[in-house]
Amino acid sequence: MSVEVRDLRFSYGRREVLKGVSFSAEYGEFLSILGPNGVGKSTLFRCMLGTLSPAGGGTWVDGRPVAGMKPAELARKIAYIPQSHNPVFHFTVLEMVLMGTAAQLGRFSVPGPKQRRLAEEALERLGIAGLRDRSYGGISGGERQLTLIARAIAQQANILLMDEPSASLDFGNRIRIMDAARQLAGEGCCVIQSTHDPDQAYRCSDKVLALYNGSVLAFGSPKETVCREVISALYGMEIEVCSLRGDTLRVCIPGEKEAFR
Amino acid sequence: MGVQRNRQKLPYPSILILLGAALLAAVAASAALGRYPIAPRELAGILLSRIVPITPFWDPVQESLFLQHRLPRILLACLVGGGLSAAGTAYQGVFQNPMAAPDILGASSGAGFGAALAILLGLGRGLTVAMAFGFGLLTVGAVVYTSRWVKGKQVLGLVLSGMIVSSLASSGTSLIKLTADPQNQLPAITYWLMGSLNGASPGDVWLSSVPMALGLIPLLLLRWRINLLTLGDEEARSMGVNARALRTVVLLCATLATAASVAVSGMIGWVGLVVPHLARRLAGEDYSRLLPAAVLFGAVFLLLVDDLSRSLMASEIPIGILTSFVGAPFFLYFIARDGERH
Repeated sequence: MSVEVRDLRFSYGRREVLKGVSFSAEYGEFLSILGPNGVGKSTLFRCMLGTLSPAGGGTWVDGRPVAGMKPAELARKIAYIPQSHNPVFHFTVLEMVLMGTAAQLGRFSVPGPKQRRLAEEALERLGIAGLRDRSYGGISGGERQLTLIARAIAQQANILLMDEPSASLDFGNRIRIMDAARQLAGEGCCVIQSTHDPDQAYRCSDKVLALYNGSVLAFGSPKETVCREVISALYGMEIEVCSLRGDTLRVCIPGEKEAFR
Repeated sequence: MGVQRNRQKLPYPSILILLGAALLAAVAASAALGRYPIAPRELAGILLSRIVPITPFWDPVQESLFLQHRLPRILLACLVGGGLSAAGTAYQGVFQNPMAAPDILGASSGAGFGAALAILLGLGRGLTVAMAFGFGLLTVGAVVYTSRWVKGKQVLGLVLSGMIVSSLASSGTSLIKLTADPQNQLPAITYWLMGSLNGASPGDVWLSSVPMALGLIPLLLLRWRINLLTLGDEEARSMGVNARALRTVVLLCATLATAASVAVSGMIGWVGLVVPHLARRLAGEDYSRLLPAAVLFGAVFLLLVDDLSRSLMASEIPIGILTSFVGAPFFLYFIARDGERH
């Protein structure tokens, strides 16, 4: 058991956002978290990363509670991949990836040859070694997302939390990012992503968690979870789920009543 | 697009060597320069005579001029220039804002108030420096304390209460100016607020160098980690850095360096804002390279501007006026040349 979230509760003031969420994921598994906007996916991630302290329950990594871990200790277990952003300062791609090695370094240290090698290997693994000296602010959104994934690889954590990694990317880049994430799961990482794309969740994941109204609506294999009942309830409208290529793909489309409303 | 090209034209060690050489050359030139020029032979003699016994072949007036006035002034220009630049660079990273300057947390306005108060009370030079330093730190302390009352992000709270408390300190200074004796106190306060290295004594160098070292050494040691602060708390934490604690230390050190500068030199604007950007052009964005380059660059910059301030006209021009005369067009040129980087 690599990551286990047990009965996690969290409130912003009086508004209860997470009302007892439980799920788990193993190394080598790709877990997608589906849920409408504002359902608490980001809050869930913040609780798992120890940025927010839950009101009840918690997250266990390799059997140890996250609440008791120091940031550096946790960073060696879990890496967080934010949505690609545009930072104020124009670091190069390599400088950005090197930052992932902070948890391996002493307080007063500067990355050395070992860290440089890790960063360069991570860039090569994702096929973006050519971007090494480019400015992070000057590359495309897809390349930035790949850079942030490379940074997580350089961090050497085996659990990756990805916050809507394919949002705001073009069609080709979405597929590229998902391939990279799948590849990491194939190499033994535990990859957890939040997404708004049920088709993608079906295609790429080993497990799907559907969050609705602060609780788990469904948790299980893609075949069990990406179906008409769950998806329709999740987004509050009639949705048809079509099966393609011998059920290796499923495509969600608005139901006939919803289509031209 | 400028971002396409490889920004680093020179390897980093050469940049440091270049800046170091520029600093040495500037120090040597500044030592010889002035209303009473001292020839290189005499300069070398005076300096060496401090270590090995040499029979003086120079005018004793030259010796005391050099050791009591010119050398302290040179050292102070380097300290203040390096300190303000390092502080500005650090503040910019912490506040994720390339327009942040060393007075963002009110260290300068507080120091200005302290100095004005000391002049009003008729205290001597040493006490004025001490009051400026103390009030600078006190002001930043008040800013950090009140920032907790601002709900939401810590960084935003700091910026807001920095604005509030420093405008309070400036108003206090205005009030003091109003009550000050217009014959001698008011000009002294005005002159101090404009910033000047005139009248630097060996004592000032010692007074300033201790808090300066206490600020600069930890900043230089932590320099690479400041990179992570520029990404925001959540990301920094997810990479294993306790952002809140690191930010507190960096702010404390940058504030020490700022207060130590302002206390001995008055308010010298622009250095802490412009030099970090010029250093970025040379050394790149990575703080592990940027911070040392900014310290050296700042020292050279302020030393050269100070040379101008004491030799441009018959009477001395306060350096605070010159830094903006030199800094503003410089800055405009760079943002006009490739604005997308700023």
